[in-house]
Order: sequence, then structure tokens, then C-alpha cells
Amino acid sequence: MSREQILKAVKQNQPDSEGLPDGLGFAPIVYDDPVQKFSDVLTGIGGKIVRIESTTEIADYLKTHFTEGDRFVTVLDNIPGLEKLQLPEDPRALDGIEVALIAAEFGVSENGAVWVTEKVMRHRVLPFICQHLAVVLDPATILSNMHQAYEKIGQEDYGFAAFIAGPSKTADIEQSLVLGAHGPKTMTIFLLS
Amino acid sequence: MVNHVSLSETFNKDEERVNWHDETLWWIRQKRDKAAWQIPEWEELREMASQIKMNTLSNLHDYLLQFEKNALANGIVVHWAADADEHNKIVYDILTKNKVERIVKSKSMLTEECHLNHFLAEKGIDVIDTDLGERIVQLADEAPSHIVLPCIHKKKEEIGELFHRFLGTPEGNADPQFLTAAARIHLREKFMTRRVAITGVNFAIAETGEFVICTNEGNADMGAHLSDIHIACMGIEKLIPQRTHLSVFLRLLARSATGQPVTTYSSHFSKPLAGQELHIVLVDNGRTRQLGRPDFRNSLKCIRCGACMNTCPVYRRSGGHSYHNAISGPIGAILAPNLDMKEYADLPFASTLCGSCSNVCPVKIDIHQQLYKWRQVLTKEGHSPAAKTAAMKVMAGTLSRPGLYRFAGKAGRWFMRNIPWLTNNRLNPWYKQREMPAPPKESFGEWFKKMRK
Ligand code: SF4
Repeated sequence: MSREQILKAVKQNQPDSEGLPDGLGFAPIVYDDPVQKFSDVLTGIGGKIVRIESTTEIADYLKTHFTEGDRFVTVLDNIPGLEKLQLPEDPRALDGIEVALIAAEFGVSENGAVWVTEKVMRHRVLPFICQHLAVVLDPATILSNMHQAYEKIGQEDYGFAAFIAGPSKTADIEQSLVLGAHGPKTMTIFLLS
Repeated sequence: MVNHVSLSETFNKDEERVNWHDETLWWIRQKRDKAAWQIPEWEELREMASQIKMNTLSNLHDYLLQFEKNALANGIVVHWAADADEHNKIVYDILTKNKVERIVKSKSMLTEECHLNHFLAEKGIDVIDTDLGERIVQLADEAPSHIVLPCIHKKKEEIGELFHRFLGTPEGNADPQFLTAAARIHLREKFMTRRVAITGVNFAIAETGEFVICTNEGNADMGAHLSDIHIACMGIEKLIPQRTHLSVFLRLLARSATGQPVTTYSSHFSKPLAGQELHIVLVDNGRTRQLGRPDFRNSLKCIRCGACMNTCPVYRRSGGHSYHNAISGPIGAILAPNLDMKEYADLPFASTLCGSCSNVCPVKIDIHQQLYKWRQVLTKEGHSPAAKTAAMKVMAGTLSRPGLYRFAGKAGRWFMRNIPWLTNNRLNPWYKQREMPAPPKESFGEWFKKMRK
């Protein structure tokens, strides 16, 4: 069997064991104002930051910035003015969604990424299949760097989870940046303070 | 004879294009520098990444078992493939068992290495590559020329023509925004209608049995989450021990590759969707052999960022196809002779040994030293053509005359511009920085002239 053959060859050929580094041997960068840094980085990679004081502002904002009459859905409770997503039997039916609003667990300043797990996206494909992605984020959860991020994630049990940093993009044609390759063309983050 | 020199010659017929290729890749290299300089602990990160990978390689047997156990517990089906052929057959078996003839595939250099597309096409399976760059080269019936930027060798007018022919876009339209929008519509239809998605893997975590895929386009996610069956293919060296180690690698990968702080999507797959089958194919295909070569096993640390290609003065002016191997550039030139010494004997000679690749590598692979060592191995095994040996002697002769690099003024500047590997070695008191100044166009010309003789 190939399994045994491969494992045997690995065992035979791997060098003497070298230890793992004992934790981080350095102090990773920490920003004085992680929220500002997060906003700057996210804007730099094509995302948009909108500061709000109440979730009641969300629907109005979306309806003035995206085409009214299209399908706006949310997986969150208590967002007035938005359709609460009922999960269809076939996820392909999510294809017509113009704007999807989800919530992220936390953000990371150094790269503008937010952490979302399957639990909060309802269906894995939702943040990818919508034309525009909107995310509610509590600025108090924003961390400086990825080491803090994985410390926070710890042993969290998820079927699927992702860091999402800005809209889907490509530069495959002569290195010209185009937003909206396969996934959302825009990403709006509502910082709820 | 088709080899790196003759293929470079073909690529160099269009001088304008070569200049453009060269400058574009150098621009990406500069973006990488800017991104790295924003992280004060960059060098410590590289060192840590290297140590984690060395720990992985030296305990790979146990980590593979641990990964398998945890992946199985997560509900993932685990397959083992000794070589490319077995890998392809495993994928094909899954397809025939489920009566599937049309599939989508996101970027995976492993499936390129195994020539999966070709294998499946012969069996009548229709494979659509969904990464935009890969789709473009697929339409052109070519292979990717770069591991991160598959169609970096193509001009937008050629892409416009391909899209006009295959996707029906208006003739003469070469606007990247327009063409990308056309591809989005074309490929969305494929995502919506195909039941099986193949993806690559960037990192697999022994501790949790999960794996991570990094993309900017979101094509791996669109394929995987809309499929009934997701098949993820990975080389056995893609393992890392713990989830927390992702912090180190995700900080390095995109910054090294394109200068982005992170890819748009870093997707963590741990369990199949309800009702979905999730398969992982663990592939050896020569990796255990490379693991057994003390001089070259380091190359298995590679996280496929492409930085060594973007910085390489030879790659930039010879193009990815001149390496006639799935993985091109300096790292490809170390990996390929392990697959077939005779066929790829030319590749370790496709280098000025300037060391720029080793300086940018995020996992600190001693790339240029391995290239040098391969030359010795290949020469000893009788795979090195006489002309190349002569060219090497010229270079070695120049190197061994230390007086040469002490020229002041004009001559010194000429050397800096033309022979960076000479002026930037450790003997040189001017060379204080870790990273190289822009290697000039002429260095390729110099190298090329010698190689052609
Ligand atoms: S060898 Fe290093 S620089 Fe080259 S692709 Fe691999 S990780 Fe990147």
C-alpha cells in the first residue's frame, strides 16, 4: 500500500529531530491605535470603513450605496430594514444576493482581516457568493497582529472559518488591479461603537 | 534540443515583451520589500518559519499520522499517493464512482506537477481552471509560467483575443476590468453547475486535521462550498505542526508573494459541509527522495510564494516556460532535478548564483547554494553538457580573482551593475544590506552569452 510505503520512506529519510521554537522569540508589532491602523490598512486594500452608533443606521446606508430593490439579506437578528436570510435547501439559490450582512468575531490591524466562522455566516458560501459583503465589527475586538489572532482563536472548534481582508480581487491581466474577481466586488465594515 | 537556453532564446525574440516582463516582476519584488519593511520583526519571522518547517520535516512521519488521525475524526476521507500517476487515478476514481464528467479546479501547483488536467482530459473529463490567470493559460493551451502569477507572460491584447475567441467578448477589447467581468460571468456559471471541486492546499495542520487555502479571487471557496464533493490535493511537505503556527506563515506568505499584507481569503477547512464529501490526497511524488538528500531536503520548506522568481535576474528575462517544469524559477530548478536528473539537468545552470533568491525566501531556503550543489552532482553524474561546464569555469575564474572587485569608481560601478553575484558576496565590503540592489538587464545578457557558447 502506498500509505505504508510513503510513511516508511519518510521515516527512513527524515533527518534527526529538530525541536520546535519555544514560543515566539520576539515581540510582534503592536499598534498604538489598532482601530485606526485597521481602518487604514483595510482602506488600502480596497475595503470601506463606516462608523455607526446603532445597527439601525445600516439598512439606510446600504440602500443609499447599493441599488435599492435588489436583494439585501442579513444573518443577524434585529437589523431593521433588511431581510433575514432563510437558508434555501440548495445554496446555489444564494446567487441572486446583492448585499449580505454578517458579523465578524474580531479584526486584525496589521492586515485588515476579519475572522468569520461558519456559525456566523450560516452557509459557507454566503460571504463569497454575494455581490457585495457587509460586516458588523466591534472595534473593541480589533487586535494588532496575527499572533494575537491565533491566540484568541485557540482551539475553537469550527467546520469552516476564514480571514477575509477586503473585496475579492485579481491582478492577473497585466497586473492591473480589478476588484470583484469571483467574490464580492466591495467589502464594507460597519464599526459599531 | 529543448533546454533552458534554447527556450530563453525563443522568449527573448520579443525584446519589448522581455523588458516588460522583467520590469513587472521587479516591481512586484519592490512591493514585497515595502511590505517586509513595515514589519520590524521580519527577520525573526523568517527564522521562526524556517525552524517550524525544519521541525516538521524532521518529524514528518509522526505529523503525517497525527494529521491523518485528526482529519479522519473530522470526517475527511484521506488518500495516499506515491506518485503523480496514483494521485491522478485517485481523483479519477472518485469522479467515476460519482459519475461526474465536468469539474472545476482552483489553483494547485501539485496538480500541475502531476499533469492532472491532461490525464483527465484523455479520459473525457472536462476540467475548468477557475483562477483567472490559470483560466487564461488554459484557454491558450499553455502551462502557467509562474506559481503565483500564472499568465504574467501574457499581454492584455492576447488575453482580449483569447476571450473574444472563447467567451465571445467584442473583438479588440483588451480592458482588464472588462475582461475580468466577462470571466466572472463565464466562471460563475461553472461554479453553479459543477458538482466536484478540486483545490490545492497551502497549509495542513497536524494538530487539528484542518487545512488552509489562500486566494485573492475567492475561487477556491466558490468551488468548494458549492460542490457536492471537494477534493483537496497536497504534497506531504505542506504540513505544519500547530494551528498557532499559521500566524507566522500567513504573515509571511502574501507579503513575500505580492506585497499584500495578507491574501483576501485565508480559508480554514476542518469538516465537510453537511451532505458533502471532503477528500484529501496526500502526495509523495519524489518528496521522500528529496527528504533523503541532506543537501537538498531544505527545498521542501518552500511555501510557494514566488518571491525567488520575482527577484531572479535570469527568471525575469527568460520567462517561466524556459524552465520546462511545472515549478519554474530558482526553486523549480532545485525541485526538478529530483524528479528527473537527466531531463532537468540544465536548470541548476539557469542562474547567476547571485543569491538574491536566498535573501528574499521567507522560509530561508539556501536556494543559490543548492543550485551550486546540484551543478556538482549533475556534473559528477555526467548530465552536464561540456559547454555549460566551460561557462561555469569562466564564472569561477572571475570569482577566484579577488582583485577584480576592488576596482574603484567606474569599473566598480560596472561590476555592481553587471555582475551582482560578484559584488554582493560576502567578500565585498560594500555589501552590508541583506537584500540586493536591482540586478540590471545586462547581467542576464552576460550570463546568456556565456551559456549559449
Ligand atoms: S523557495 Fe522560498 S522564495 Fe521561492 S517560492 Fe519557495 S518559499 Fe518562496
